[in-house]
Amino acid sequence: MDMTIIIAIATMGGLGLIFAGGLAIADKKLRVEENPLIAQVNEILPNANCGGCGYAGCYDFAVNLVEGKAKVNGCPVGGNDVAQEVALLMGVDSEASVKIVPRILCRGGNKEAIKKAAEYYGPLSCKAMALVAGGQKECSYGCLGGGDCVNVCTFGAMFMNENGLPEVIEDLCTGCGMCAKACPRDIIEMHPIDREVFVLCKNHDDPKRSKEVCEAACIGCGICARKSDGGVEMVNNLGIVHYDKFDPEKIPFEKCSTGAIAKIHNNSLN
Amino acid sequence: MELIIIFISASIVNNFVLSLFLGICPFIGVSNKFSSAVSMGLATTFVMVITAMVSWLLYFKLLLPFHLTFLQIPSFILVIAALVQFVEMVIKKVSQPLYRALGIFLPLITTNCAILGLALLLVMRDYSFVESIVFGLGSGAGFILALSIMAGIREELELRDVPKAFQGAPITLIVAGILALAFMGFAGMI
Repeated sequence: MDMTIIIAIATMGGLGLIFAGGLAIADKKLRVEENPLIAQVNEILPNANCGGCGYAGCYDFAVNLVEGKAKVNGCPVGGNDVAQEVALLMGVDSEASVKIVPRILCRGGNKEAIKKAAEYYGPLSCKAMALVAGGQKECSYGCLGGGDCVNVCTFGAMFMNENGLPEVIEDLCTGCGMCAKACPRDIIEMHPIDREVFVLCKNHDDPKRSKEVCEAACIGCGICARKSDGGVEMVNNLGIVHYDKFDPEKIPFEKCSTGAIAKIHNNSLN
Repeated sequence: MELIIIFISASIVNNFVLSLFLGICPFIGVSNKFSSAVSMGLATTFVMVITAMVSWLLYFKLLLPFHLTFLQIPSFILVIAALVQFVEMVIKKVSQPLYRALGIFLPLITTNCAILGLALLLVMRDYSFVESIVFGLGSGAGFILALSIMAGIREELELRDVPKAFQGAPITLIVAGILALAFMGFAGMI
């Protein structure tokens, strides 16, 4: 009886020792050497793993940073603070990065946009609405109001206002761009925070139709394009702003009959 | 012929997940996306084949000759844990992309009862070395089959209007039950 216990202990101990030894040797032989900088940089990063930088998670971004493939200010979530810390650690200059925030290019909320005759009773998700019949609104370009952008935001920086449109709380926003990706209608675009003038509509319908579907639509009259010297271009009945050759002084905001082209400042229209 | 029967038996008729109800944890946990379900299935198959080989050697060359068969469960667990560690190291060294694709799945396999079940079953059924390897392959194939069927159904379910009380885990368990019932149709085939 005693013998059995001893044999059992010896066998299991022996097996354990053999495997431990094997693993120890394997660890030595198979160790993957990596730059200690990667771990240090990774520690500074927010580790939200949101993918806003375009890499597969913070670790991947850190690897590319250390290899010199990514820019120190490439992390939109960390912003300037992280960029400076990383730059200090890596011994390179950081270029000041401007915060990037999402802009919701649709003002057709429950008040402005005309509803369809039919009602939608499916799941409250833009993805599903876009799949089925385009939700409740007549406009086939505008915000569906399902709140996919709000749901995907891990930072609590978005909410649906009482008019059924998403709003961004810029102080909480990290600029990761998840909301822009979640929107099936591509209404949300990422822009530098100091950019002020936007065409707040995505409707490509002809003037008559767009006027019918939404009070706030860009009807494609083209008055902004004519006055702006190429700063605004009309593409399929919709004004597209070219920010490189754009002068806000020239835009006749008061002439826009629906207010589709407007200045945004501190998240409010004025 | 014997080998083919073992393969089909392990993968379909006595499917580990849907007939023997082993490895339910990854079956529910890693089946919400088709691509990750297949990765998990492949990783498990890989570990199953190696476990089949090593535990056969361990049992028939060490435990049986020295009359230590009562140690089979702890020693199998030891072998599986060490093996998974080793496989993880090798994959990390050889293929970084594969290592990242498998991610947390590989260490999770260590505690997967399907692997231990495989080791115990092949000993119980007195398989030869080659038969054990085929048994491991078949079990792995069955595991991939079950996981990918489940993942496919769950991807469809995402878009369906499931009653609120059944959303999430309940509907998944119901689907698993129906799938298991469907696999009962194979019972007695071999």
